[in-house]
Amino acid sequence: MTEMVHGTVPVQTGDPVLPRWWRTIDKWTMSCVLILFGIGLLLGFAASPPLASKNGLEPFHYVIRQFAFGGMALMVMLALSMMSPVLVRRLAVIGFAASFAALALLPVFGTDFGKGAVRWYSLGFASIQPSEFLKPGFVVVAAWFMAASKELGGPPGKSWSFGMALVIVALLAMQPDFGQAALVLFAWGVMYFVAGAPMLLLLGLAGGAVAAGAVAYDQSEHFARRIDGFLTPDVDPRTQLGYATNAIREGGFFGTGVGEGTVKWSLPDAHTDFIIAVAAEEYGLVLVLVIIALYTTIVVRSLTRLMRERDPFIRLAGTGLACIVGVQAMINMGVAVRLLPAKGMTLPFVSYGGSSVIASGIAVGMLLAFTRTRPQGEIGDILLRRGRQG
Amino acid sequence: MIRRPLRPLARILRARAEGGNPDAIEAENKRLRHEEMRDRDRARAEGRLVVLGAMFFLAFASIGGRMGVLAASEAAEPTASAGGNPVIATRADIVDRNGRILATNLDTHSLYVHPREVVDAEAAKAGLAEIFPEMTPEELDGLFDTDRAFRWVRTEISPEQMQAVFEIGEPGLLFGPREMRLYPNGPVAAHILGGTKYGEQWVDMAEIEGTAGVEKHFDAYLRDPANEGAPLMLSIDLTVQSAVEEVLAGGMMLMNAKGASAVLMDAQTGEILSMVSLPDFDPNNRPVATMGDRADSPIFNRALQGLYELGSVFKIFPVAQALELGLVGPETMIDTQGPMRIGGFPIRDFRNYGPQLSTTDVIVKSSNIGTARLAIQIGAERQREFLRNLGLLEPTPVEMVEATTARPQFPADRNWGEASIGTISYGHGISSSPVHLAQAYATIVNGGTRVEATLLRRTGPVPGERVISERVSAIMRQMLRLVVSADHGTASFAEVPGYRVGGKTGTADKPDARGRYYDDKVIATFASVFPADDPQYVLVVSLDEPVETSGDLPRRTAGWTAVPVAAEIIRRAAPLLGLRPDMDSLRPTGVTLTAD
Repeated sequence: MTEMVHGTVPVQTGDPVLPRWWRTIDKWTMSCVLILFGIGLLLGFAASPPLASKNGLEPFHYVIRQFAFGGMALMVMLALSMMSPVLVRRLAVIGFAASFAALALLPVFGTDFGKGAVRWYSLGFASIQPSEFLKPGFVVVAAWFMAASKELGGPPGKSWSFGMALVIVALLAMQPDFGQAALVLFAWGVMYFVAGAPMLLLLGLAGGAVAAGAVAYDQSEHFARRIDGFLTPDVDPRTQLGYATNAIREGGFFGTGVGEGTVKWSLPDAHTDFIIAVAAEEYGLVLVLVIIALYTTIVVRSLTRLMRERDPFIRLAGTGLACIVGVQAMINMGVAVRLLPAKGMTLPFVSYGGSSVIASGIAVGMLLAFTRTRPQGEIGDILLRRGRQG
Repeated sequence: MIRRPLRPLARILRARAEGGNPDAIEAENKRLRHEEMRDRDRARAEGRLVVLGAMFFLAFASIGGRMGVLAASEAAEPTASAGGNPVIATRADIVDRNGRILATNLDTHSLYVHPREVVDAEAAKAGLAEIFPEMTPEELDGLFDTDRAFRWVRTEISPEQMQAVFEIGEPGLLFGPREMRLYPNGPVAAHILGGTKYGEQWVDMAEIEGTAGVEKHFDAYLRDPANEGAPLMLSIDLTVQSAVEEVLAGGMMLMNAKGASAVLMDAQTGEILSMVSLPDFDPNNRPVATMGDRADSPIFNRALQGLYELGSVFKIFPVAQALELGLVGPETMIDTQGPMRIGGFPIRDFRNYGPQLSTTDVIVKSSNIGTARLAIQIGAERQREFLRNLGLLEPTPVEMVEATTARPQFPADRNWGEASIGTISYGHGISSSPVHLAQAYATIVNGGTRVEATLLRRTGPVPGERVISERVSAIMRQMLRLVVSADHGTASFAEVPGYRVGGKTGTADKPDARGRYYDDKVIATFASVFPADDPQYVLVVSLDEPVETSGDLPRRTAGWTAVPVAAEIIRRAAPLLGLRPDMDSLRPTGVTLTAD
């Protein structure tokens, strides 16, 4: 806004950081994130004591840990949201390089915690899942490349970023972690879509995906069984999905009451992948709808703010970040209500997990930094247009 | 829209002519183009972001909608039919040869507890302890003081127990319907039927799987829904089986034996009409295998699994073979002067029968030396071949899982020397089961064709390959008949008026754990055929460690132990089998019917 008063009394360059931050930040999205985090703690009180007692720990061991991780995540989020987009980009590139190296070195130094897939580094007191941190970094770098390709004489950034995405997908598929791989590919796809993917290509891709699915269904028995299991109306009540579905039904509209739920005792992943089932059972449909509304608000509001954005880099990076958060939430809840085939995916901010919650904090922090209100040069446009007309 | 100049260079040319900077104009052009591109891009991105936002909104809305639908629907009880493999609850019945039920299913209930829903655990524990006195306090505590959502209390309970549990009034105690396997005849035919256990168990049903005997061998058939509940028909005759069990149990007690077995087989078809092993058990409550000697456990089937040196009952095999080979005739005199030594091994007779006996008398008097001499003439190769043809060297084909493990024990080919030839000729140094013996006897007496034992109902004789000729088979039957009917025969107690029993006794010393023979422990066996002139049934009775104590000295030989028991079995079973006693050969006794 300094342009408007150009030539008048010289003002102090750069007004105080905090007031400017407060004025320009997307307060709605930030409030939604804070509420979600609170809900996560609340559900942690319900969902994690069974796990703690199984592992011989204090009942609220996991709640306390989540509180600590959540605090760190919120600090990271606030710090990132105060930075300028350029600084965010710089840090993201560094973070991307580091987490990419960590991902590539997983087969050497990683551990699988007996779960069959090498996804973690064990630090003793905590574990780190590099792929969680890779996603926001990748989104920013890919957005930068794509934006660069928009410049006259710019590099072929779309192909480069696609190549990067393929390498990451290959690394993730090797672990194997198809969920994260799909998420990375999805983030790239969304950014490419907003960056102006040709309509013909989009139709071709859609057709190709349908054809590939049909072939996989025919050829792979494993795949076919997964899909059949998803399509059958009856769900085997002895599976995690069966328990989750039953928990939602038990909960009804207003829930069975705080601490009255039983699903957390039967579900091994009650505190992570199926936390929404715990929410539905104890607090009912009301809380679930609130959670859904919060995620919807975050995604839709961020996208709306990005529509006004002139800078292609900020627009693309913001889109990618908002979409990975939104899609992760969507898949998590879609699985629990059997709208989507089973796939382990955490609910951002709500599910237990240090890597998950801090990575979500980073992603949303960056998103907040990108969606801050900033001069979009509308006056310039108006003047320019007038000049042209004149 | 800015109209693109038709001649882009015109401005530059003009500027150059006017001394201006053409590069600046070039840069300005570039900037304008860039800006235009960016505006277009932004407009397109705006549209696509709207599409994206709308898609997310719809996706979240549909998840919310689906949540609402789910929340509004009723919570379902877990059922076994959803997903997974369908389970066939109804197991086919097993019936005897006349269609009488040996094994069937009964609708009952299981009892389980949801510990977290229990209101008053102490009252429930007290109530259950009263209804199920066999439950220990620890067991009860384990049921209720647990974090588990679910615990079985009893897999099957009676209606009375169910009512009593119901009256405790504890909402955490729940009942599930289920089918249980019921053997209405109790221990009758227990070893044949075997037993069942629950496989996969659910609240609303349980899978029944066979664990032993026919139940296990025909498990797949019994479960197969394609049979549409058609029962499995066995060759067993329930009435005869029951009678044989009763008589054998009495005989075992009288003879102070620790175990007994009997096999009654159709001599033509090989159908087993009755197979008894004592002590027995109730398959409704099948005992677990006990510690100690497996062969003394009630679940051990002596008739099928018990491999014993059966002794002199084997003597008819070398005699039949020698007759078949033409080495001797029934009246040929054989050197029985003892003692005899073969391969450094002395062979003695029970008592000295003199220097010579006819072939028939070798059987009737049971001379070890006589049969050993015949066997030496036959030779190892032909002896082994003959025993193999009789099915004595391989497991029986009986349709029970236990049959395959009952593999006869005999010397390897290279160890089958002269000593083995001699001892095997009178049933030592070779172990086989009573079912093996019955099979071999049926083959010898039925006209000479191979018989294979079976537990399935056959509609007619299945002609097997010929082992000995009709002529030799007839001679053998006469000899067996003489063993019973001759005054000096070893089995004279087996005479049952009207049924013309023939048979051969065998008394074999039992080996101890180190392979040495006991002086005072024997297996007494009687293998018989009746009627001897029209061979229809073969009966093998075997007593484990019998002692007959009515005389001055304890008597252990089969003639005093197994034979009277077998005779009583024939007396009871033959009428049940529909055999007419031959009254013409009987002298009228006591009552004379006159008509004047």
